[in-house]
Amino acid sequence: MGDPPPPNPEAPSQQSSSRRGSQAQAQRRSWDPSQAQAFPEEVQQALLNQQRGSRGSRPSQELRASQTNLRWSQGGNLPEDENLPLYQAEEGIMGGVEYQPSSAGFPLQFQTRTYLDESGIPVEEQTTDLMQQLQHLQQLQQSQGGFFQQLESPVYQDPGANVLGQYSMYQTDDPQFMQNTEHGPYLRDDPALRFSPSEMGFMNFGMEMPEPQPRELAVQNAKAYLLQTSISCDLSLYEHLVNLLTKILNQRPEDPLSILESLNRTTQWEWFHPKMDTLRNDPEMQPTYEMAEKQKALFSRGGGGGGGGGEGEQEMEEEVVETAVPNIMEAAFYFEQAGVGLSSVESFRIFLALKQLVEQQPIHTCRFWGKILGLQRSYLVAEVEFREGEEEAEEEEVEELMEGGEVVEAHGEEEGEEDEEKAVDVIPKPTWKPPPAIPKEDSRTGANKYLYFVCNEPGRPWTRLPHVTPAQIVHARKIKKFFTGHLDAPVISYPPFPGNEANYLRAQIARISAATHISPLGFYQFGEEEGDEEEEGGAGRDSFEENPDFEGIPVLEMVDSLANWVHHMQHILPQGRCTWVNPLQKTEEEEELGEEEEKADEGIEEVEQEVGPPLLTPLSEDAEIMHLSPWTTRLSCTLCPQYSVAVVRSNLWPGAYTYASGKKFENLYIGWGHKYSPDNFNPALPAPIQQEYPSGPEITEMNDPTVEEEQALKAAQEQALAAAEEEEEDEEEDEDEDLED
Amino acid sequence: MDAESLLLSLELASGSGQGLSPDRRASLLTSLLLVKRDYRYDRVLFWGRILGIVADYYIAQGLSEDQLAPRKTLYSLNCTDWSLLPPATEETMAQTAMVKGRFMGDPSHEYEHTEIQKVNEGEKIFEEEVVVQVKEETRLVSIIDQIDQAVAIIPRGALFKTPFGPSNVNRTFEGLSLSEAKKLSSYFHFREAIDLKNKTLLEKADLDPSLDFMDSLEHDIPKAGSWSIQMERGNALVVLRSLLWPGLTFYHAPRTKNYGYIYVGTGEKNLDLPFML
Repeated sequence: MGDPPPPNPEAPSQQSSSRRGSQAQAQRRSWDPSQAQAFPEEVQQALLNQQRGSRGSRPSQELRASQTNLRWSQGGNLPEDENLPLYQAEEGIMGGVEYQPSSAGFPLQFQTRTYLDESGIPVEEQTTDLMQQLQHLQQLQQSQGGFFQQLESPVYQDPGANVLGQYSMYQTDDPQFMQNTEHGPYLRDDPALRFSPSEMGFMNFGMEMPEPQPRELAVQNAKAYLLQTSISCDLSLYEHLVNLLTKILNQRPEDPLSILESLNRTTQWEWFHPKMDTLRNDPEMQPTYEMAEKQKALFSRGGGGGGGGGEGEQEMEEEVVETAVPNIMEAAFYFEQAGVGLSSVESFRIFLALKQLVEQQPIHTCRFWGKILGLQRSYLVAEVEFREGEEEAEEEEVEELMEGGEVVEAHGEEEGEEDEEKAVDVIPKPTWKPPPAIPKEDSRTGANKYLYFVCNEPGRPWTRLPHVTPAQIVHARKIKKFFTGHLDAPVISYPPFPGNEANYLRAQIARISAATHISPLGFYQFGEEEGDEEEEGGAGRDSFEENPDFEGIPVLEMVDSLANWVHHMQHILPQGRCTWVNPLQKTEEEEELGEEEEKADEGIEEVEQEVGPPLLTPLSEDAEIMHLSPWTTRLSCTLCPQYSVAVVRSNLWPGAYTYASGKKFENLYIGWGHKYSPDNFNPALPAPIQQEYPSGPEITEMNDPTVEEEQALKAAQEQALAAAEEEEEDEEEDEDEDLED
Repeated sequence: MDAESLLLSLELASGSGQGLSPDRRASLLTSLLLVKRDYRYDRVLFWGRILGIVADYYIAQGLSEDQLAPRKTLYSLNCTDWSLLPPATEETMAQTAMVKGRFMGDPSHEYEHTEIQKVNEGEKIFEEEVVVQVKEETRLVSIIDQIDQAVAIIPRGALFKTPFGPSNVNRTFEGLSLSEAKKLSSYFHFREAIDLKNKTLLEKADLDPSLDFMDSLEHDIPKAGSWSIQMERGNALVVLRSLLWPGLTFYHAPRTKNYGYIYVGTGEKNLDLPFML
């Protein structure tokens, strides 16, 4: 070890000039031990390390040489015994590896080897830094030993130790030195704990002050320059570089040179955005945590069902009751084979949400209908059937509200009529009568066969959708709007949609169900009671039941021919209902209102009955879209046809899927909720201009007479008056003459 | 989505309802790896799936070191054998502009439509009806290019531009924060910037030239209408869906590095968008 120390003070200067302009190296340069004041923390670390253990000896020669060279600020001789603590520091770093003074000659050989450690900087340069570090440490130690121990959070705890250890690494030939966990985390330069240099300005006036060498002076100036704080903030380049290197050494990213700029930026950002207090919650994450809490509630075992493991035999027995909730996971598995559907995690959450729904409402059967995407939120839709008699309570409330409205209107009309009789001029009544409202279908029939519940996300409460009216279906066919995700949002469109988004959603659900709910041929069959076919006007049977003898159709046949699939939901007629209703039949109420209605009856034409395809029609009968079949069938996996499922995809309603495998089948819809049309959407044209009241003499305004006319009239009247007086005089004269005779 | 994180990406993008069956996933994992090796791509993205009547097209794209360089597109019908598609040119775009309707699923299928072309015969100009045939492959190329130009997006900060020109993947991208993730301005179009030069100097002053070198989504037409931003899984995932090309889903888990987009749809533009908002 005799050789390295003397050339070291010169070597760094050569190497520093030949160094690449890497920031890290600039930092190293600034670590020059001659700058004693700014490294209280490092010294602290060295002192801490001292306590870890003892070590082999350092070459005392180098220390002495450095002492004489660099004892500019502190002065004093470094006693021999003080060398030992330094040695101990190193050993602490190495984890107890002994440093043999006899192996002093090693560094020479190792120095010539360009050994690159993880930071990519040739270690030989680090060695020289190491030496300088040593010298520096010893100086600080000798002067202000107790002073530094007050500091508690050293900054460059490990780089100092690291550098030292690097040197000794050669001795042990341990390239994994850098990974030694005893280094501990590098702490950031926290300004709060940073030691202000001014406190270190006290020097022992009693000590000698040797002349500072020019090189040290230059280094000192460079460091002072680096310590300048920036204009816009309190950060100096020096501190920033310190932080940057700490971060790099802590995180050890691969190829740090290429990401240096990003790291630079990140370090600067972190300076101004320190990690929050551990006691305070992150405000941004608040909604996330709330949602997680709600979903956690789903997983808790409520009354009547379990989400987790059993807690005893009794409870297990209670569990094995048939629930109305279908096996969603099974359906999700089959749909996944087809490449459709939500992820299995999401499906499980939906299953739990449905279970919650079943517990809250009196539900007989339940099914996951699908998901309708919206602009701000999406809807998860569940199709349920209530138990008998349960749902009528809500229906009655709705009807009462409607009737109340009608009564008020009737009163209004009567008052209006009274007023009219008093007026002299009778205001002509309009002959326009609104088209009769088609009554909506009863619950459990036709389009209202099932009830639908929606929620935005599993964990949120379920909302019930109202029944759909034919008017809403008719209007829904004319418009095409995205769903926003809020049920009470208005649907602004032309023709104006009678209802808000909840009604529009329900109408679309009805249309999609009627068009795309299919099942394998033979799964459903008509009931045994027949005979009422003709009375319903040829509308066909509207009830079916499961066929207990259904054997299942082989998957290949299902894929090949569309005739193996049938619709099991009733087709919705253009009227908006599934069963046709003649709007003119309800005239009982109208007759009571007055006689004028009878006139209106004359103009109404006979309405034709609308007929749709009967239930259980096969798909092969469906109308084509532009010469394309409205359905596409696929085998889920062509590589293993023995185990695949048959998948049918609708081309008319993109997003509607059905799978069938053996005796199982299921329908699902995930999409935006709109029909596919090859042509662009054409909004409905505004209605034709309504006819105005025919102009006739009774409503035509008369022109006011002009002044000339009035005068002429007046003159004529006077003449007539004068003429009348003359006649009277003549008559009197005649009478007088007669009397005289 | 990156082929290396295919499984996780598919799981995160599954909110739109379309995904891949397990057999397809398995074959994709293998075949995309081989594609990367054979064509020497730096990154391979699984772009998505175009649904046809008879068969579906699976599309992948290969990227070189420079992320904004033109990407190479490959298609496959069975996720195992991939064929390179020619790059899109203006001619192909003009040709396929007339073709409407669904994709058939057969690359050699030809769409026919009649055009009235003016043919010069000597001095007279005739208007003849010419039957133009467009192959489905050409149509595929141009549709994929249109979708890429219009709606392929990445979050801000995922790429950075070096002073030498090429843009690279930013390895220190830690994800957007929750508040940033809900804004349209934090997402950029994954293509060369078109509108950036039109910005005023005042706006440009706030931009960071190494990160903000692409167009953001804020200025897409119709404004505030062509994207739907949603948080799924209780704020743990932000999903952007394009309304102009329905079927394109972009997902990003805030504060993590996971992001990507996938297109699963019929390959038709939604021209009714203004009516539907």
